[in-house]
Amino acid sequence: MTIVGFLQIALYMVVLLLCVKPLGLYMANVYEGKSRVNRVFAPGERGIYRLFGTREDLEMNWKTYALAFMVFNLIGLLIVYVLQRAQATLPLNPFGLGAVAPDSSFNTAVSFATNTNWQGYAGESTMSYLTQMLGLTVQNFVSAAGGMAVLVALIRGLARRTTNLIGNFWVDLTRSTLYILLPMATILAVVLVSQGVVQTFDNYQTAQVVDETALTDADGNAVTEQVLAVGPAASQIAIKQLGTNGGGFFSVNSAHPFENSTPLSNFLECLAILLIPAALCYTFGKMIGDTRQGWAILAAMTIIFVLLLGVVAFAEQAGNPNLPGIVDQVSSAANPGANMEGKEARFGVPTSALWAAATTAASNGSVNSMHDSYTPLGGLVPMWLMQLGEVIYGGVGSGLYGMLIFAIIAVFISGLMVGRTPEYLGKKIEAYEMKMASLVILIPPAVVLIGTALAVVSEGGLATVGNTTPPVHGFSEVLYAFSSAGNNNGSAFAGLGANTPFHNTALGFAMLFARYWLVIPALAIAGSLAAKKSVPVGEGTLPTHTPLFIALLIGIVILVGALTFFPALALGPIAEHFMMIGG
Amino acid sequence: MHRPNKVEWGQVIRPAIISIMFFTVVTGVLYPALITGIAQVVFPYQANGSLIHDDQGNVIGSELIGQQFSDPAYFWGRLSVTGPVPYNGAMSSGSNYGPLPPALIGEDGMIQARITALQSADAAAGVTNDALIPVDLVTASGSGLDPHISPAAAEYQVARVAAVRGLDVAVVREVVAQHTEGRQLGWLGEARVNVLALNLALDDLSES
Repeated sequence: MTIVGFLQIALYMVVLLLCVKPLGLYMANVYEGKSRVNRVFAPGERGIYRLFGTREDLEMNWKTYALAFMVFNLIGLLIVYVLQRAQATLPLNPFGLGAVAPDSSFNTAVSFATNTNWQGYAGESTMSYLTQMLGLTVQNFVSAAGGMAVLVALIRGLARRTTNLIGNFWVDLTRSTLYILLPMATILAVVLVSQGVVQTFDNYQTAQVVDETALTDADGNAVTEQVLAVGPAASQIAIKQLGTNGGGFFSVNSAHPFENSTPLSNFLECLAILLIPAALCYTFGKMIGDTRQGWAILAAMTIIFVLLLGVVAFAEQAGNPNLPGIVDQVSSAANPGANMEGKEARFGVPTSALWAAATTAASNGSVNSMHDSYTPLGGLVPMWLMQLGEVIYGGVGSGLYGMLIFAIIAVFISGLMVGRTPEYLGKKIEAYEMKMASLVILIPPAVVLIGTALAVVSEGGLATVGNTTPPVHGFSEVLYAFSSAGNNNGSAFAGLGANTPFHNTALGFAMLFARYWLVIPALAIAGSLAAKKSVPVGEGTLPTHTPLFIALLIGIVILVGALTFFPALALGPIAEHFMMIGG
Repeated sequence: MHRPNKVEWGQVIRPAIISIMFFTVVTGVLYPALITGIAQVVFPYQANGSLIHDDQGNVIGSELIGQQFSDPAYFWGRLSVTGPVPYNGAMSSGSNYGPLPPALIGEDGMIQARITALQSADAAAGVTNDALIPVDLVTASGSGLDPHISPAAAEYQVARVAAVRGLDVAVVREVVAQHTEGRQLGWLGEARVNVLALNLALDDLSES
């Protein structure tokens, strides 16, 4: 890697970590109703709650909170489904796109409601402007806000004592959307437009191409026109990055020059992926009254992230040894070098690798390069980052509540070692919490591995695999798809033709299981912990803000992820790596 | 404070229905309309696709979207595998080839076909070119619409373009230099050459 490549990654990490405290503090104040925006907009906010039929002080027990989350998602899912099925008869459809097929509509509706944003379809040739706005953009906001709300409820469960109330879902949802996501998305969208990201309701443009002899269609006639798909893209892209959604306006997502035009737009979009998930660690520390706890969690996430980012950057930089000798893969100021298949010239390899790690560490799933064309080890890292459970920063809200569950597992295991009842943040961790935590840890791997196994023994699962030479790469495509859906990420090894009834259905159910079977146990833990008394810190209490605990937490996350997925990874990317270097 | 852990439906159904309508209006209508309004007023050129017009005002492309060039008098861009023809601006796509399939690295594969095309074009133009070929010139971009190549990939083609156009190599190299952008803000991304803009500048040069 060139020095500048390394520096770009370092700059990214520094800017990210500098934003954690100010943004995290702002979010904590917003959720506690203490921020200036709460005061300024208080009358309007009260009006909104009156309209909804609720009140700020009308708090919920965990079951009501969970049900509010589920019903809200179900209605959103139905709206996205109906919009896709009816778009041909609705306005704002300049390209005259037809109704989306039922299986694809189901898959996409689930995908956006669950904050996965897996895309089986090609945006510019499938979705009308109306569907993109009223369906997809809305879910980009509220599915992210829903994840943040669940996190805040879990934090309250840890912070409160002897109550069964964990907050009001509608208040948390509204504040996440209006005070956090909406202002940030507005600023980012305008900056993106300044870089060249399109934002228009006009029809697609047609250009008369310059080299009129270059293209012929299937009948041998010259093709002298280029249709340029445009649309209201910037507004959707800003929130798909900030809300760890990832669903692109165009088919190739942020590799598309109208979606990610310059290296600066790339830097900002990539920063937006991890910004809120990282800052929520500080929010957590602030809300429980001990910011050291938040920094410890953030440190564990950051250490794992930087190590794995190093692997993917190194693997991509090494290039593909099987290219003909006349091809120059050495990086220099004039030549990006390395593995450029599926990557854009303006981004080069280091920032593509950085994006690949960030988008899979967080459950974002947007791409600025094609992961399917990565070297085997370069593609293994994004896959494994998803398989770790989307807890390395993770989705907005969902990443941190997942990581807090891992922290509970970590104190439980250390408690077993010394024969003491484990406690986390003054709350005793008992059988009920451990049952729920086990569900959170076990369900995603079960969905991923069982789903992959079913797909590779069925005709429908294998029919649309893109790369069959070597076959292990085709296996990787299927494993990647289920890892993505089963952890609500949404990125893909896009060679797999996933817009088939089999994959739309199977991956749709994987996304449903992965989202709701985690939210419900997480809220159950919140309810159970909120009802407990606080145990005073004693000599036998394991401090959870120390380097020792950070190391323990990293160890647990890595160990669970490695033990569960090593066999599957050995059959896919690891086998392919040896085939590649063996010639 | 204590209420039994029972579901309170009054807090669920009505707020769910009304809130989704509220957020649809705010985030699905007002927000995109606001961004479009700002974009069209402050950045109309970018917001509408950075379009390039000819002297008659016809759209001949976008600064941000590459076009297919196969005439040896033009610089060639990245490989594009969009369907049904390369550089289809309404159907972005990468190759999604892994590192090993014959369609990518085989003797009849995509990379070798590009190498052969470059070498035959050089031979036909009477140019001897012993340089290694920069990797971005033989690989497909992620979008299939990449408007750029690296400065090295442009330099590789300078001798051919100059010979076919009957221009001095130094003149062509100068035009390339004028269309080379460094890393943005000195740090970000990679140095690059906009292929469409470069070729249009060469056409202008040949006409004048």
